[in-house]
Amino acid sequence: MLVFTINRIIQSIIVIFLTSIVIFAGIFAIGNPVDLLMDSRATFEEMEQIKANLGLDKPFWEQYYIFLKSAVKGDFGHSYIYNVPAMQLIFQRLPATLELAFISLILSIFIGIPVGVVAGIYSKNIFSKCVMFISVLGFSLPSFWVGLMLIMVFSVNFGWLPSFGRGETISLFGIEWSIFTLDGLKHIIMPALNLSLFGIAFVIRLSRAGIIEIIHQDYIKFAYAKGLKNSRVMFVYILKNIMIPIVTVLGMEFGLILAFAVVTETVFAWPGIGKLLIDSINLLDRPVVVSYIMMTVFIFLIINLIVDLIYTVLDPRVRIKTND
Amino acid sequence: MNKNKTHKSKLIDIVDLNTYFFTSDGIVKAVNGMNLHVSEGEILGLVGESGSGKTITGYSILGLIDYPGRIVSGEILFKNQNLINLDNNRLRHLRGNRISMIFQDPMMTLNPVLRIDTQMIDTVIAHQKLNYSTARKMALDILEKLGVDSPDHRLKSYPHELSGGMRQRVAIGISLINKPDLIIADEPTTALDVTIQSQIIYETQKLCKEIGTAIIWITHDLAVVAGLADRVCVMYAGRDVEQGNVNAVIDNPKHPYTKGLISSIPANNKRKKPLFQIDGIPPSLKDTDDSCSFFNRCNKSKIKCKTEAINNYFGNDRSYRCFYPYK
Amino acid sequence: MSSLNPYKKLWSEFCENKIAFLALCILLVLIVLSLLSPIISPQDPYNLSEINILEGRLPPGTLSESGYIYVLGTDDQGRDMLSAILYGLRISLAVGVASGLFAFILGLTVGLFAAYNRGIIDILIMRFVDMQLSFPAILIALILLTTLGRGTDKVIIALIASQWVYYARVARGTALTELNKEYIESALCLNLSKFRIIIFQLLPNCLPPLIVVMTIEIGHAIALEATLSFLGVGLPITKPSLGLLISNGYEYMLYGKYWISMFPGIALLILILTINVVGDHLRDILNPRLKQ
Repeated sequence: MLVFTINRIIQSIIVIFLTSIVIFAGIFAIGNPVDLLMDSRATFEEMEQIKANLGLDKPFWEQYYIFLKSAVKGDFGHSYIYNVPAMQLIFQRLPATLELAFISLILSIFIGIPVGVVAGIYSKNIFSKCVMFISVLGFSLPSFWVGLMLIMVFSVNFGWLPSFGRGETISLFGIEWSIFTLDGLKHIIMPALNLSLFGIAFVIRLSRAGIIEIIHQDYIKFAYAKGLKNSRVMFVYILKNIMIPIVTVLGMEFGLILAFAVVTETVFAWPGIGKLLIDSINLLDRPVVVSYIMMTVFIFLIINLIVDLIYTVLDPRVRIKTND
Repeated sequence: MNKNKTHKSKLIDIVDLNTYFFTSDGIVKAVNGMNLHVSEGEILGLVGESGSGKTITGYSILGLIDYPGRIVSGEILFKNQNLINLDNNRLRHLRGNRISMIFQDPMMTLNPVLRIDTQMIDTVIAHQKLNYSTARKMALDILEKLGVDSPDHRLKSYPHELSGGMRQRVAIGISLINKPDLIIADEPTTALDVTIQSQIIYETQKLCKEIGTAIIWITHDLAVVAGLADRVCVMYAGRDVEQGNVNAVIDNPKHPYTKGLISSIPANNKRKKPLFQIDGIPPSLKDTDDSCSFFNRCNKSKIKCKTEAINNYFGNDRSYRCFYPYK
Repeated sequence: MSSLNPYKKLWSEFCENKIAFLALCILLVLIVLSLLSPIISPQDPYNLSEINILEGRLPPGTLSESGYIYVLGTDDQGRDMLSAILYGLRISLAVGVASGLFAFILGLTVGLFAAYNRGIIDILIMRFVDMQLSFPAILIALILLTTLGRGTDKVIIALIASQWVYYARVARGTALTELNKEYIESALCLNLSKFRIIIFQLLPNCLPPLIVVMTIEIGHAIALEATLSFLGVGLPITKPSLGLLISNGYEYMLYGKYWISMFPGIALLILILTINVVGDHLRDILNPRLKQ
C-alpha cells in the first residue's frame, strides 16, 4: 500500500513538471502584455525598461529556470494587473470556488444516488424512463444557458434570489464561508444547482446502470436465498458493490465541477478562481493564468490519488495487485 | 443400506406446479405441471437436460422467481404449509433456515466485496438470536466438517482468494449452517474438477445424514444420482416424466426418455459400439401443451401421445407419464 | 436474414425507438435550415445596410419598417433574431462538425497506430492519452486558447486538441480487440500488405463505436464552442455562433428583454439535445451488439 502511494506521488510530480513546461512554453509564445499596460505614446526605452523589470527580455530557457526556482518556493510571479503575487490571488479566491464545488458535489450525491438507485430497482417503470430522459437533458443543456435561465426566472421574474455575487460570509478557521449565513445561502443556491446539473444527471445514470447490473447477479439472489432481510441486502450487499464505480465517477466529477466552475462563476459573478481565470485570459495576465493552471493540475492529481486510494479500500480484488 | 423405507411423511410435496415467463417473445412455460415429493432425510435426484426446468423448480420453491416470471398455479406444500402466495416475511424465515439452496456456479455465488465470515455469519444472525462470536464458531465448525483446511484463515479471506472448490464448500456451509430440513443443490459440482466433485458429494452427503437434512440434488448426470440418491425424478420439458426409487427406476425404466438417458451413459456402452443418442432436440418451452412433450423423439409414440393430455400413472411408489411404458 | 446489409439492419433497429427517430428528424431539419440560411432568412443580419439600429431591442412580433415581422424580436443592434439564429446555427454546426471530423481523423490514426504497434509505443501514447483524459475538455481548450490567442482557426484547433483523445482511446481499444480476431490473422497469412489490412480489413470493423463517439463528441464540441464564445474567448465577433448571441443578450436579460438570449439558447439547446438523443440511442443499439 505504501509502495503504491509513493509510486503514485512520484508519477504525479512528473506530471506536474511536464505540465509546467508545456504551459510555460505555450504562454511564452503569446502576445506582448506590455502593449496592454502601456500608454501607446510610451517611448521605446520605457517599453524596454518595463520588459526588463518583468523579466520578459530574457531567452526562453532562462525565463523557465527563473520560473522553476520561484515555483518550487510557491512563487509564480506577480500579477501584471494587480501587482501582487499571482499565487496569492489564487489562494484568496480559492475558498469561494471550493465552497461552490463542494456544495455542488454534495447535491449531485444526495440527489443523484437515491434517484438513480430507485430508477434502477424499478427499471421498467415509467418513472425510470422519465428519469433517463431528464438525465439526457442534464447533459445537453449548456450550463451557461441554464444559469441564465435560472437568473431570469428566480431573480428577474420572481425576485426571490440574488443574481450575482457571494453574499455575506463568516470567518471560520481563517477562511471565509458563506454557507453559514442565510444571505450566503441565498447567493450560493443557484450557482451550486447550476454547477451540479450535469453531475446529477451523470450520477443518476451511473447509479441506475450499476443497480441494474448488480441486482441480477447470482450473489444477490443467493443473499435473498439465505433469508436475509431486504434492508441488509440493499444496504450492505448491493450498496458496497455499487459504491466502487460511483466513487470513481465522483472523483472525475469533482474535476469537471472545478472546470465548469469557470462558466458558472462568470454567469453568476461568483468571486472564485474561475472568474479570475477568464478575466486574466482576457487581460493577458500570464502569471495568474499559470498559477491557476498549476493549482488546478495539483488539485486534480490529489483528487485522482484520493480516488485511487479509496478504490483499493472498497474493492478487495484490487488489493492483491498492489501488494506485489 | 435399507432403501425400502417405511412410509414417511412428505417433507415437501409439489403438486402441479406451473411457472411461466411472460416475455415479449411469448409465454415460456419453464415449469409445466411439475410434481415432486421428498420425505424427511431423503435424497432425491432431480435429473434432466439443460432447459428442462430443474433450476426454475428450485427457485419456485424458495419464491425467487423474478420478473418476467411468475408462479401461475399449483401447490408447494412444505410441512403442510403452502409456500405459494405465502407472505414474503414468512417465506424469508424459511429461506436459509429451513430450506436452503446451493447455486450452480461457485464463482458467482459469493459477494466479491464482502469477507467470507461476514457472509456466513449473516446467515446465522438473520435467523437466530446469537451473538457474533457464537455465530463465527458455528461457521468455523461447519467449514471444518466440510474439509476446508485452515478454516480460520479462510473465514478472514475474500471470495476471490479461494478456489472454486473452496467457494462451493463455503456455499454449502452457508446452506447447512442453520441445520435446515431441506436443501436444494442445483448442480453444485458441475463447474468443478472431477476429483473435487466426488469429495464434495461425499462431504455433503455425510453432513446431511448427520443433520438429517433432505436433499433435492439437481443434476444432468444420472451416474451421480445412481450413487447418491434414494429416489430419482426425471424431468423433461418442464414436468416430471418418471419418479420413484432409484434402483427401481434405473433397473427398470418405464418412460422412453428415462430409458434413453440410461442408455446414453457412456459407461453403459459396449466398447467399440457407437454411443447411443436420443434423436432430436428438446422442444421449445413456448409451444408445450398438456400432451406428451417427448412425442417427436420417441420411437414408440402413437397418435394418442400427441392428441391426448397425459397425466401421471401411479403404482408401487412410482409414477410415470406414458401411455405405452416399458414393462 | 443474414444477407441483410448490416447498416440497413442498424437503421431499422434505430427507427424502432420513436423518440430517437423524432430527434433525428428534427436534427436533419436544423441542418437543412442552417445550410439554407442565406436563402431563407428574412434578413442578412451581418449586412450593415440591412439592419436598422433604431429598431433595436424590439420584442418578438413587432413589425419592421421594411415590411416583415421580427418573429423573434431584434437584438441591440437591430438585427432580426431569427436571421441571426439561422446564421449562428450554421456557424455552430460548422465549427462543431469540422472539429469533430478532424479530431476523429487524428484520434483514429493515433489509436490505430498505437494498437498496431503495441509495445512501448502503445504504452507511451496511451499514457499521454490517459493523462489528457483525466482533465476536462474545457480546461484543455481554455489553456490552449490562452496560448494560441483568438481566431476561428485557433478555436477549432483547441477543440480538436481537447477531443481527439476520446476517439484515440476508443479506436485503440476496438483495434486491439479486432486485431486478435481471426480474419486479421488470415489476412496476415495471405501476405497482404499491412497497409491494405489496416485500411480495408481493420478500419471498417472499428468504425461503429467510433461513429457513436463522433455523434456524442460533436454535440460536446458544439456545446464547448458555445461556452467558450459565451466566455469571450471563443469565436470572434465576425463569426457569431449561438454562444456569442447568447452572451450578447446576457445583460439585457436583467431588464426583461429576454428574447435576445433566450431564443438562441433554445436553438442551441434543441441542436445539442437532438444530437445527444440520437447518439445515446446509437450507443444503446451498438453496445449489446459489441458484447455479442
